[in-house]
Amino acid sequence: MKKINIITGHYGSGKTNIAVNMAVELAKQGKKTAIVDLDIVNPYFRSADFEELFSGCGVELVKPLYANTNLDIPAISFDLERIANDDGYVIIDVGGDDDGAVALGRYAGFLSLFGDDLDFFYVVNKFRYLKGEEDEALGLLWKIEAASRLRATKIINNSNLGRETTPQDVLSSIGFAEKIAKESGLPLEFSTAPREIACPLLDGKVKYVDIYVKPVWDE
Amino acid sequence: MVLERNLMKGNEALAEAAIRAGCRGFFGYPITPQTELSAYMAKKMAKAGGVFLQAESEIAAINMVLGAAASGVRAMTSSSSPGVSLKAEGISYMAGSDLPCVIINVQRGGPGLGGIQPSQADYWQATRAMGHGDFHILVYAPCSVQEMVDMVSKAFDTADKYRMPAMILADGLLGQMMEPVTFPEIKAEQPEKPWAANGHGGKRSHNIINSLYLKPEVLQKSVWERFERYERVKKEESDAESYLTDDAEIVVAAYGATARVAKSAVNSARAAGIKAGLLRPKTLWPFPEEQLKKACKNADAVLCVEMSMGQMVDDVKLALSCSKPVHFLGRTGGVVPKPSEILEEIKKIGGAR
Repeated sequence: MKKINIITGHYGSGKTNIAVNMAVELAKQGKKTAIVDLDIVNPYFRSADFEELFSGCGVELVKPLYANTNLDIPAISFDLERIANDDGYVIIDVGGDDDGAVALGRYAGFLSLFGDDLDFFYVVNKFRYLKGEEDEALGLLWKIEAASRLRATKIINNSNLGRETTPQDVLSSIGFAEKIAKESGLPLEFSTAPREIACPLLDGKVKYVDIYVKPVWDE
Repeated sequence: MVLERNLMKGNEALAEAAIRAGCRGFFGYPITPQTELSAYMAKKMAKAGGVFLQAESEIAAINMVLGAAASGVRAMTSSSSPGVSLKAEGISYMAGSDLPCVIINVQRGGPGLGGIQPSQADYWQATRAMGHGDFHILVYAPCSVQEMVDMVSKAFDTADKYRMPAMILADGLLGQMMEPVTFPEIKAEQPEKPWAANGHGGKRSHNIINSLYLKPEVLQKSVWERFERYERVKKEESDAESYLTDDAEIVVAAYGATARVAKSAVNSARAAGIKAGLLRPKTLWPFPEEQLKKACKNADAVLCVEMSMGQMVDDVKLALSCSKPVHFLGRTGGVVPKPSEILEEIKKIGGAR
């Protein structure tokens, strides 16, 4: 994995869940890891919600000082440059769509300095598009790149239907993701599937992920 | 290609469902946690041939809805708690003018500016006093993203049928959560609106849309006529889901997102050998009194759970004429009750039998 990992995508594509999985996985390998909640466009279902999980496994959570408090406003109160210059891995969970990517654009010049030591992931979920067509996902990729003033480097296919996701849903989405990869000229890093639906059909084709982002009635 | 199932955020699904239900006028003003609804409308409404307009205020937005509805267009506005309070005057005018429309309230904590996390503290406002004067609006309470889709189209149809405003009373959790949905094929046709002020073309007399009646007897008559209509609404439109209530000794009454949490607790209670059930009102006005009475026929006690200090609990007591003890568990200010907390309460009440 690269030192800097930026996670972007359509809101609801599952960025936060991917970011949390990456952070926990790195921490389990004993790697120094920081996760940065750069989602300042949406107050619900964000990395900052997982404080307990991160402190339990030694991931440093970097979030706006007043995230989830009375003073939660769209402002960044931490020094991303200092954090990125520290040792260890950095995962940046960006807000959804091009709206959310604007905050990332603030750091475009600085982040570009990392060159090959940076991955900019674009997360796609086929089921987030009414027609399930690639054009919409590609259009959004370009908008996110424009807003963040950075280039994406890899595609992550996180196609899912929440708790109803079946192995067939995941398999049917791989072609969709491959087409986006082909048309954007970016490699498909991996496709994901929730660990609870692991089966021989999916083994070797997907990266299993744990579902951290879920509603309270699934506690 | 069209996918059978999509993963959508509640707020987006409300907007998409409205466009599919024939809504062609959307007037809004941003507020968390419903802003994605307006944002979705801004992107999609023009493509559907309708009008999206971000008004200068909530008050302006609801009056634009009044104008569009008066001309016979299916119109909608959406907001969250403090914004809905601002719309109250316009909603009363629409009720007094017998105009159909749909109002979305993605509730957040109150009073005042309150917070931005989910709440159900606008129940009284929606069902009792959505503005000044003698009137009611239809109030639907979805508990999933799919039900939001289904209820938006139902709300438009029913609002047209009875010529009255309808509200979808959601909350921040439902608005922000992602769930799979299917958009059903719906009939494109809408009822004729011979009352609409949409140009008489020299072929009929003027239609006048108005809520001002200066003669007391005339105003009283118009209110009486409206209340006769409300009696029909009560008979025909109340709706609820009963879950494991046939043999239930304790019935949990909850609506919206809270009902999802409560269902989880009811399942755990059953697993622990407690005969618990759930009554989930799908309409809050009219309140499903008969369904509640039936669900509680074998119950010794009722537990009402809300994200408020206790508002629907009044309707539960009224429907049961205080014939059974009605307990209450509430969280407020943006705090969502946990299944374990509800289970604990069920056990406590069960133990007191």
